Formats: sequence, structure tokens, C-alpha cells
Amino acid sequence: MTKLPLLRFKSLLIKECYQIIRDPSTLLISVFLPLLLLFLYGYGVSLDLDHLRIGLVMEDTAPDAQSLVKSFTDSPYFDVKIVHDRRSLTREIEKGNIRGFVVIPSYFSDFRHRKSQIAPIQAIADGSETNTANFFQNYVQGAFANWLNQEKISSDLTGLPRVKIAQRVWYNEELESRYFLLSGSLGIIMTLIGTLLVALVVSREWERGTMEALISTPVTPFELIMGKVVPYFFLGLLSMAICVATSVFIFGLPFRGSLFLLTLISSAFLFSALGLGLLISTLSKNQTLSYQIAVVTGFLPAFVLSGFIFEIFSMPKPIQIVSHIIPAKYFVQCLQTLFLVGNVWSLLLYNIIPMLLIGLFFFLIVGHKTVKRLD
Amino acid sequence: MLKRIFTLIYKELLAVMKDPKSRISILLPPILQLLVFTPAATLDVKNVPIAILNRDNGGAAFELVERFQGSKFFSHIVHLQAVEEIAPFIDNQKGVMVVSIDEQFSRNLEQNMPATVQLLLDGRKSNTAQIVSGYTASIIQRFNDDFAARNEIHQQNATLVPRFWYNPNALYPWYNIPCLVGVLTMLTCLVVTTQSIARERELGTFDQLLVSPLVTLEILIGKTVPGILIGMLSGSFLMVLGRLIFHVPFTGSLLLFFLSQLIFVSSISGVGLFISSLCSTQQQAMLGTFIFLLPSVLLSGFATPIENMPVWLQPITYIIPLRYMLINSKGLFLKAMPWDIVLSNIWPMALISFLTLFIAGFFFRRRFQ
Repeated sequence: MTKLPLLRFKSLLIKECYQIIRDPSTLLISVFLPLLLLFLYGYGVSLDLDHLRIGLVMEDTAPDAQSLVKSFTDSPYFDVKIVHDRRSLTREIEKGNIRGFVVIPSYFSDFRHRKSQIAPIQAIADGSETNTANFFQNYVQGAFANWLNQEKISSDLTGLPRVKIAQRVWYNEELESRYFLLSGSLGIIMTLIGTLLVALVVSREWERGTMEALISTPVTPFELIMGKVVPYFFLGLLSMAICVATSVFIFGLPFRGSLFLLTLISSAFLFSALGLGLLISTLSKNQTLSYQIAVVTGFLPAFVLSGFIFEIFSMPKPIQIVSHIIPAKYFVQCLQTLFLVGNVWSLLLYNIIPMLLIGLFFFLIVGHKTVKRLD
Repeated sequence: MLKRIFTLIYKELLAVMKDPKSRISILLPPILQLLVFTPAATLDVKNVPIAILNRDNGGAAFELVERFQGSKFFSHIVHLQAVEEIAPFIDNQKGVMVVSIDEQFSRNLEQNMPATVQLLLDGRKSNTAQIVSGYTASIIQRFNDDFAARNEIHQQNATLVPRFWYNPNALYPWYNIPCLVGVLTMLTCLVVTTQSIARERELGTFDQLLVSPLVTLEILIGKTVPGILIGMLSGSFLMVLGRLIFHVPFTGSLLLFFLSQLIFVSSISGVGLFISSLCSTQQQAMLGTFIFLLPSVLLSGFATPIENMPVWLQPITYIIPLRYMLINSKGLFLKAMPWDIVLSNIWPMALISFLTLFIAGFFFRRRFQ
């Protein structure tokens, strides 16, 4: 008696594996796309800006101005283009060729040596690129502060700042944004496979009518669901393994946690991602629609609301609340911790439970909806 | 011939828009994304919890703590009691920074010696950490300036005046809206066009189209126009939403904006049809979409400036239509960009559109299986 269901289940699994192997796009989606994404994050996207192209308008050529200019040209953050007339830069900034410019006015050194005046320099950023503009202003501030300190040291020491900052960055000494981007992007990759691929595959069965053929067999709904989940679960883990190996060995991402915990947490996340994928396909039964819903409810929230690039604390309150039901948020936090910090048990446990609960919720609805009936 | 093309366009539009479910699935997501992502996609850092460990009982340290509490950057400050509490605070991501003031702080200042404030930052969030550390530096700078003024120490008489052109308050929505209008229009248009041929092939109706009296050019036009129409519709709607809800100014010429959008959407339709003509199932089409979409968004200059990418990667960005559209969109929304710069970004998109449509037409009748 007990042998029969197992046999049925086994044949379902074999059928599913054949389908995965036969359409090369499935394997490409689970291996090539993740690597493409890692490659883009490893090389293309970096939040550490250097080589900002800026302009410098030198209306004053006195020694004071010269030394100030030098502090900009020496900075590793800038590629400086020096001009003597600010009008020539307006068009450059309109075109987006430079990110901003610094103006040293003609009266700069004159004002600096008068007691009654304060010599201004102007830093103009292209505000249409808000983030880059902020970086530009910060770097200009830094170069300017450096110059002031240099000048103080050469004149007298009493003006030096009293309170100094000693800064230590834990777990990522060089402040490489690549590290947290890479570890976070693994969360997006898993969403891609768990939710997008599965939603597409199951709704294809509905669209082509092969689901009806399956329904007419003695297979139970539970077996039907498990038959879909198990192969994609392992496909997801396989892809995860490839991505982790690539990030660690090619991009030099440190891995400080335990592999066992990583597997455990990835499984918990895949559970919720697969649940969402199955839910979408059971509700829509149409590939184009499933694809759209999967992108909007799975892929994009994993990008924007997971705290992977954008800080959740800074978002408006309603969006912060929504982020609590996004499994990727918990997964990304675990990944960043496992890669850069190590096994912080309290944090990992705290994050694994919501993922399991969300997954359970999805599967309960799927089980409820997958009644063997044609409508 | 015109009548035939119109019939085909009508049929294509019906295929996408007839079913209320798929109509909603094409028009609603971009709107939702615009509404959610515009406020959410901000690299601004506010309301981030931090902790302060003050081991000094002196007045100066107390004043510094007060300054942190009064600062608009930090609204949640946790007070730690012992050094042992630092590591759990950061490890569990209760906050991104701990400010540690040692026992000597006030005494050093009184004796005219330099005092040190230690900052411990969470490197897992290196971007946020850098910004928070910048805020802290400005608080300490003010503290130093006031301290110097009180003790009549000679000040440097030079100052830096920061200004933001085109976006005086450096607001993120002003950047997000012009960019998202481009990105989301691209998404909508891609979904419509990449699936079109692949779906017909999967269902077997494409062969019927091929044996009909329609010539390749007519099929090409019939398949391109719906994508362009839907893309234009969605893009214009998003633009109006951005103006009305997020109050982003539009300073340039509307005519130029719609012209750029038209050429942009046709280049995306071209790419979409090209991808679709290579695929025989919808799943393959989806794979193709992603292979085009991910580099497009990440390398277009939306996420990070192009000059910041490795030099060998930068040439790839020239074949990304979104790159040109983002420059025009931001320029026309915020910078009142003159027509010659707008045109200099339009012709590459027109070229991409022409080439991809040509190749798509070439692959129509062929299959790779």
C-alpha cells in the first residue's frame, strides 16, 4: 500500500526533471542569469564613487588659490578639468558630462587676508543626480577641510580641531560596497529561481492543458505540489552553491559563517520563495500574467524593499511596514551577516522564523486552492 | 496594404488588452512601482538608530551627547552602559553606529589637549555607515567651531558654499521620477513585445500569420506598433503622475520629451521583437528579457554613474537605449535641456531601433530548432 504513492511521486519527479533538462532556458535561467547578475554587481555597480568628473573655475591665480586647486587635483576622487571662465562649464553640466564644479572667485585670496571678510568658494553640484551630487558635495567638503588643515599647520597650530574622530569600521575595513552588494544580490538570484521560474513553469502546465492530464491521474494534490517543489528546491540550492563559489573565489568576497547555516537559511528562504511562486501560478494560470505578478511581487520588492541597497529606516512608515512581509528582507540580512560577520545566532534565528512563517502561509493557501477540479 | 496592417495592429492590441486580467497586469504594475519606489528608492539616510556610550562625567562630553540628541539626523539614540554592549548592538543590527566617548574626554579638553571620539561602524552597510559618519563629522565640526569661538582661537577666514543646481534641496524623488519614467516604460514595452512572437510560436498561431498574405514588413509593423502605443501611453501616464503626486518640475520642451520617448520606445520594441524572434517559448522569451533588462538597468547610469565603472565595461553602455533616454528625461524634467543636446541623444536610439527591427525581420521566418 505504501509503495504506490512513493512510486507515483518518483515518476512525477522524473517527469519534472526531464522538463528541466529538455528546455535549455530553465538551466540558463538558473545558472547563466545568476552569474550575469553577479558579474554586473561585481564589476558594474559600485556605490563607492571615485573618478567623479568635475570642473574647477579658477578666477583667482594667487598662491592661496593655487594650493587650494592642488588639493582638488591631488584627490583620488576627482578628475578635474580646470577652466578660467565659468560659462564654459554650464553646457558641460547640462549635458551631464561633469557632475559639478567648484568656483574660486577672483577676490578669493584678497578676502582671505582681510580681517573683515570671509573668502568664499562655491561648490555647485548637478542636483538632477541626487546621490552623485551628495557625494560630490561631501568630497569637496573633504578636500576643502584638508586644505584648511594644511594651511593651519603651516601658519600656526592653535587653530587645529580639538575633538578628533577615530573611526573603525567593523567587518568591512575598506568600506567596499561591493561586499554587501554581492552578498545581498544572492537574495535576488534566489527570488529569480524560486518565484519567477516556478510561477512560469506551473502556469505553463495550466496554459498547455497538461495539468488537466495530471489531474485525471490518481495523484493527490499534495504529491502534485511536492513534485513541483522538490526539483526546483534543489535547482535553487545548486544555483546558490555556484553563486557562492563564484563570489568567494572570483570576487574575493569573504565568507565568515558556517556553510551549514548558509544552507539552512537558503532552504528557509527557498521555501517561502517557492511558496509565492506556486501561489502565483495557481491563481493566474497564464504565463504572461504569472510573469508580471512574479516580477512585481517577488523580484522588484527583493530589489528595492529588502534593505539590500536602500536603507529601510529611511523609507516612509507605510513602506517600512510592507517590508516586514518581504522574505528577501530577512534573507539579505542573514546573507550579509554570514558573509561578513559570522554566525550571529540571535540575529539569524530571529530572521529565519519569519521566512518559515511566510512560506507556510503561502503553502497553506496553495494547498487550499489546488483542489483537483477544472474550472 | 494599410488596411491589412491596421487589422494586424488591431488583432495584436486585442491579444494583449482584451482580457481584463492581462490589461490590468500590463498597465497597473508600472503605476504601483512608481508610487512605491519613488519614496522608497532613496539613498538618503535618516532615522537610522545609533548608540552612544559615554564613559565621561564631564560637562564637555555631556554637551556633545546633547548635540547628537538635538541633531535632526539621528532620531533614535540608544544609551549604552558598558563596552560589552557595543558588539551585540552592532552584530544584531540594532543600529549602524556606536559613538564611544572615553573617560579622558572632558579632562583633555580642559587641559587644552586634543580629545578623541571613537566611532564604530557596521561595514555590512558600508554606504549607510559612510553617510552616518559624515553626519557625525559635521556635528563634531560644529562642536569644534563653537569650542574655538568660546576660547577665542583664531579662525580660518575661508568658507565653502555648497549649491545644488536643478534640484536645490537635493530631493530624491526629483531624480527618481525622471529615471523611473524611463525604466518602467521600458519594462512595459518589453513585456508586450518580447512575448508577442514567442507566444504565437508556442501556441502555433505564428505559422498561420506567415502563410497569410501579409509580407514580412507588414508583420513587423503590426508587431511593433502595439508595443509603441502601449509604451507611449504608459510613459505619458507615469510622467503626469510624477508631476501631480510628487510635484517634480518639468522645465524642458514637452514636444522634445515625447519625441525622445517615441524613439526610445521604438528602440525598445525593436530589441523586444528581436529577442522574441529568436525564441520559441515564452519561458525563453522571459530569459531573453532578463538578459537584456538587468544590464540595461544596472549599467544605464541609473544605479551608479557610468564613469565610475571599469573602463573596459563602459563601451557596452553605448548600446543601451535607456542610457540615452535617462539623460534626456532628467535633462528635460529638471535642466530645460536645449534641443541640440536632446537630439544628440536621440539619434543613437533611432539607430538601435532601426538595426534591431531589421534583424528581427530577418529572423522572423527562421527558427532555431
